[in-house]
Amino acid sequence: MDEPLLSIQDLKVDFSTNRGLVRAIRGVSFAIRKGETLALVGESGCGKSVTAHSITRLIPTPPGRITGGKILFEGVDLLQIPEPKLRDLRGSRISMIFQEPMTSLNPVFPIGSQIMDVLLTHTKMKKVDARAKALSLLELVKIPAPERRFKSYPHQLSGGMRQRVMIALALASPNPGLMIADEPTTALDVTIQAQILALLEDLKEKIGMALLLITHDMGVVAEVADRVAVMYAGRVVEEGEVFRIFENPSHPYTRGLLESLPSNPLYKETKRLKAIPGSVPDMITLGEGCPFANRCPLVRPECTLAFPEPTTLDTDHKVWCYAIEEEPVL
Amino acid sequence: MGRLILRRIVQLIPTLFGVVTLAFFMLALSPGDPARVMLGERASQARLDELRTQLGLDRPLIEQYGLYLSRVVQFDFGTSIKSGRAVTEEIADLFPATVELALAAMVFASFTGIVLGVLAARKKNSLLDTASMAAALIGVSMPVFWLALVMIMIFSVGLNLFPTGGRMNIRYYFTPITGFYLLDGFIVLLREGDPKYLMSALHHLVLPAVALGTIPLAIIARVTRSSMLEVLGQDYIKTAKSSGIPDFKITFVYALRNALLPVVTVIGIQFGLLLSGAILTETIFAWPGIGKWLYHAIEARDYPAVQGGIIVISTVFVLINLLVDLLYSVINPRIRLQ
Amino acid sequence: MAESVSATNELPSIPGDPSPFVRFWTSLRKNNSAMTGLGIIAVFAVVAVFAPALAPYDPLIQIIGDRLTPPLTDGYFLGTDDLGRDMLSRIMYGTRISMIIGVVSVSIGSLVGGLVGMLAGYFGGIFDRITMRIIDIMLAFPYILLTIVIVALLGASLVNAMIAIGISQIPRYARIMRGSVLAEKESDYVLAERSLGAKDGELMFSTILPNTLAPMSVQATLGIGEAILSSAALSFLGLGAQPPTPEWGLMIASSKEFVTSAWWVVTLPGVATLIAVLGFNLLGDGLRDVLDPRLQE
Ligand SMILES: Nc1ncnc2c1ncn2[C@@H]1O[C@H](COP(=O)(O)OP(=O)(O)O)[C@@H](O)[C@H]1O
Ligand SMILES: [Mg+2]
Repeated sequence: MDEPLLSIQDLKVDFSTNRGLVRAIRGVSFAIRKGETLALVGESGCGKSVTAHSITRLIPTPPGRITGGKILFEGVDLLQIPEPKLRDLRGSRISMIFQEPMTSLNPVFPIGSQIMDVLLTHTKMKKVDARAKALSLLELVKIPAPERRFKSYPHQLSGGMRQRVMIALALASPNPGLMIADEPTTALDVTIQAQILALLEDLKEKIGMALLLITHDMGVVAEVADRVAVMYAGRVVEEGEVFRIFENPSHPYTRGLLESLPSNPLYKETKRLKAIPGSVPDMITLGEGCPFANRCPLVRPECTLAFPEPTTLDTDHKVWCYAIEEEPVL
Repeated sequence: MGRLILRRIVQLIPTLFGVVTLAFFMLALSPGDPARVMLGERASQARLDELRTQLGLDRPLIEQYGLYLSRVVQFDFGTSIKSGRAVTEEIADLFPATVELALAAMVFASFTGIVLGVLAARKKNSLLDTASMAAALIGVSMPVFWLALVMIMIFSVGLNLFPTGGRMNIRYYFTPITGFYLLDGFIVLLREGDPKYLMSALHHLVLPAVALGTIPLAIIARVTRSSMLEVLGQDYIKTAKSSGIPDFKITFVYALRNALLPVVTVIGIQFGLLLSGAILTETIFAWPGIGKWLYHAIEARDYPAVQGGIIVISTVFVLINLLVDLLYSVINPRIRLQ
Repeated sequence: MAESVSATNELPSIPGDPSPFVRFWTSLRKNNSAMTGLGIIAVFAVVAVFAPALAPYDPLIQIIGDRLTPPLTDGYFLGTDDLGRDMLSRIMYGTRISMIIGVVSVSIGSLVGGLVGMLAGYFGGIFDRITMRIIDIMLAFPYILLTIVIVALLGASLVNAMIAIGISQIPRYARIMRGSVLAEKESDYVLAERSLGAKDGELMFSTILPNTLAPMSVQATLGIGEAILSSAALSFLGLGAQPPTPEWGLMIASSKEFVTSAWWVVTLPGVATLIAVLGFNLLGDGLRDVLDPRLQE
C-alpha cells in the first residue's frame, strides 16, 4: 500500500464560546489515497466541516484552535508549515467547494475574473492565457455559453450554475491534488444534485485528483465513494472501503445510520436520524468516553470511561468500539 | 440604468419644488415686517415703501410666491439688499471656495476613515481597533467649531505651521481663474512655472480641511469597520481564502469592494452635511465661501440672499444625495444589472 | 453613577419570570458602553441639579482684578475668563443649560415627530402620503441649516434655539415611529386585539406604542447629544444663548480672541461639551446593542 495523499492523525479542535469550551473535534483520524474519493459522513453538527476546514487551517481563530494532531499532505504536516507556504497550497494543490453556492462567490466581481484571479495567484500566466484557461474551465464544468457567462455576476446565475462555477474555481490550478467538497449538493434541487455529483465524479477521473466528499446522505456515499469515514460527535467511529461498510457495518452508530436508509422516507424529509433513539450529546459537557454511549444499544461500563482503540476488521476496515469482538463478523 | 437615472431626476422635481416653497414661506411668514427689519427702526417711510415695492411685498402673498417661483426657475434669486448685486452672481462667485474646502475635507476624511476602519476591522479588539474606535467616538462628540479653534490654537498660533485664515497669501494679489484656488494655482504653475500660488493655496487649505473633515472621518471609520467586519464573515471570503488569494488582496479588494457599499452612502451624506456645516467652519477660518456669506446675510436679514442661499445649498445637498444613490447602483452589480 | 445603580437595585424583586424592564436592565448592566455613558450622564445631571451648591462662585460675578487667571491659581481650579469670572462655576451652570436644552428639544422633536409618525403609520392613506412628503422636504434641508434659519426667523434666544432644534429633529422621529408602527400594525397581537373590538386610540397608545419605544429611545438618547452640539453651534453663531449666560457654545465663541493667550478659556468649555455629548453617544450605542433584536443572538 503506497503512502496516502492526505493523512489526518488524531486531530483535535476546540472552540471557546461564552457557554464554555466546545471540544468539537476530539481525535479524528483518516487517510485519503491519490485519486480516490473518501466520503466523510455523519449527522449535522458532528464536526465534518471543522475537520475539512482544519486541513487548510481555515478555522476562524479565535474562537477556534487546533489543539492537537497531524495533517500530513504528501508527507508534510500542514499544521507545522508557515502560513505563506500553506497559502501556496490552498487553491492550487488543495481546493474547497462549499455548501452554499448562493453566498460563496463574491457578489461584486464577474465570475470569470474571480477564476482568473486564482489562476494568476498560483501561476505566472499572462492575463490572456489566464482568460483562456478560465474559459476552458467554465467549459469543463459544462456551463453553457461560457464566453457570455464569463462576464456574468453571481446573482445572475442559478444555484446549480454557481456551484459549477465554484467547481471551476476549485480547479483553477495547474495541478490539483485534493478537492474538498463540503456538502456540495445539500443546498440544491434533487435533479441538480445528481448532475453536480456526476460532474464531480467525471472531473475526478479526468484530472486524477482525490476527493474528500462531505455529506450526511448515505445514498450519495453509496453512489460515488471509494471509502467512507463515519463521524459521530467529534470522533471517527468507523472507516473503510465503501462496500465493506455497507456489507458489514460494525459500529452500532453506522448500523443505525444504514438501517434508517434508504428505505426509510423519514430520513430524506427531516435529514435527521429517526431510527436511533436519544439525541446528539452536548459537546461542552461530554466526557472522555465514547460519545455514542448514551444512545448505544450495546453500551458497556467501559464505554463511558475512555474512547476505545481502533479494531482492524479487514485490510481496509477499522472500527472504534468495545462491543466489536462480541459481534460475529458476517 | 439610463431609465433609473431619469426616474430619479424626475422624482427630484417635487422635492426641489418643496424646498423653494418652504424657503419662501419661512421668510415670508416670519414675524416682523421684513422691510423694517432690513432697514432698521429709524428708516423713513418713503425708503420703506420703496423697498416693499422693490421686493414685491405690497402684493398679495400668493402673487409674491408665484412671481418668486417664476424667477427661481430662471435661476434668478433677486438682488442682495446689502450689496446690491444679483444673489445668483454672489453665490456663483463664492461657491467654488466652499466646494473646494468641502471636497478637500471629504477626500481627507474618506481616505483616512476607510483605511482606519479597515485596519481596525482586520485586527478586531486589538489596541489599534480599540484606540481608533474610541477616537472615532470622541470625534463624533465634538463641536466642530471648537475643534477648529483648538487646531488654530495649536497649529497656527502655537507651532506656527499654518495660517489662521484666508485662502491665499494676500500679498500675492491673486486674481482667481476658476475660483478653485488649488486648480488655479496649478494652472499658473503650468503656464508660468511658478508654484508659489499652488503652495500657498494648499498651505491655507490644510487646517480648515482637516478640522472640517474630522467628524466625517470618525463616522466613516466607524461605518467602514462595522461593514468590513460583516463582510469578512461572509462565505465568499472563505472561498477566497481557500483559493489561496493573499490576505492583503482579500482585505483590500475582495472584502473592501463589498464593504464600501454602505460607506459610499455615508460619505455622500457627510459631504452634504459638510457643505451645510461650512457656515460654522468658514466663519472661524475666515474662508470666503457661501457659508460665511450666508451667515452675514442672516445677520443682516438680507432676505433675498438668505432665500437664495438656502435654496442653492439644499439643492446641492439633494443633488449630492442623488449622485450617491446613482454611484451606489454603479458599484453594486446587483442593482446595476437589474 | 453609584446612586442610579443602587436605586435600581432596590427595585422589589418580582417572583417568577423577570419583567421586561428587569431583563432589559440586566443586559444593559453588562454593556460597558452603556454603563460608562450612564455614569457620565449621572455626573452631569448631579452637577446640573446642584450647581448652586457645588459651584464655588457666582457664574456671573466679575472680579476684574483676577482676569484671565490660569487654572490652579489663586483658588480658581479652572482659572477665570477675560472678565474675571470663575470658569469652573460657569461650566457647572452651563451643564444646567445644556441638559435642559437637550431634554426640551428632544421632547419637542420626539413628541411631535412621534405623534405624526404614529398617525401616519397607523392610518396610512392620504394623510400618510402628505406628511411623509413634508418630512422628505424637511430632510432635503441640511439639519444645521434648517436650525439656523428657524432661529434666525424666530429671533436669537435660548428658547427659540430649543424650539428650532426640536423642529429640525422632528423628521427622524416621525420616520422611526412610522416604520415601527407599520411593522407592529400587522402583527398578530394587534390583529387579535382589533378583532376583540379595541378602538383605534387604545390600539395606538396602549398596544402599539410600548413596542415602538426601543428604537425611539435609542434615537432620543443620541438626539440629546446632538441637540447639545447644535445649541452650542447656534450660540457660537450668536443665534442661541446671549451674554452673559454661561452657555458652553457662547463661552467658546467669546474665547476666540484668546487663542494666543489663554488656552483654558478656549479649551475647557469644549471639553465639557465633548464629555457630555460623549456620555449620550455611549449610552445611545449601548442601548442600541441591547435593544436591537437583530444584534441579539
Ligand atoms: N465558529 C464556531 N464557534 C463555535 N463553535 C463552533 C464553530 N464552528 C463549529 N463549531 C462547533 O463545532 C461543531 C461541529 O460543527 P461542524 O463541523 O460545522 O458540523 P457539520 O458536521 O455539520 O459540518 C458544532 O457542534 C459547533 O458547536
Ligand atoms: Mg457542515
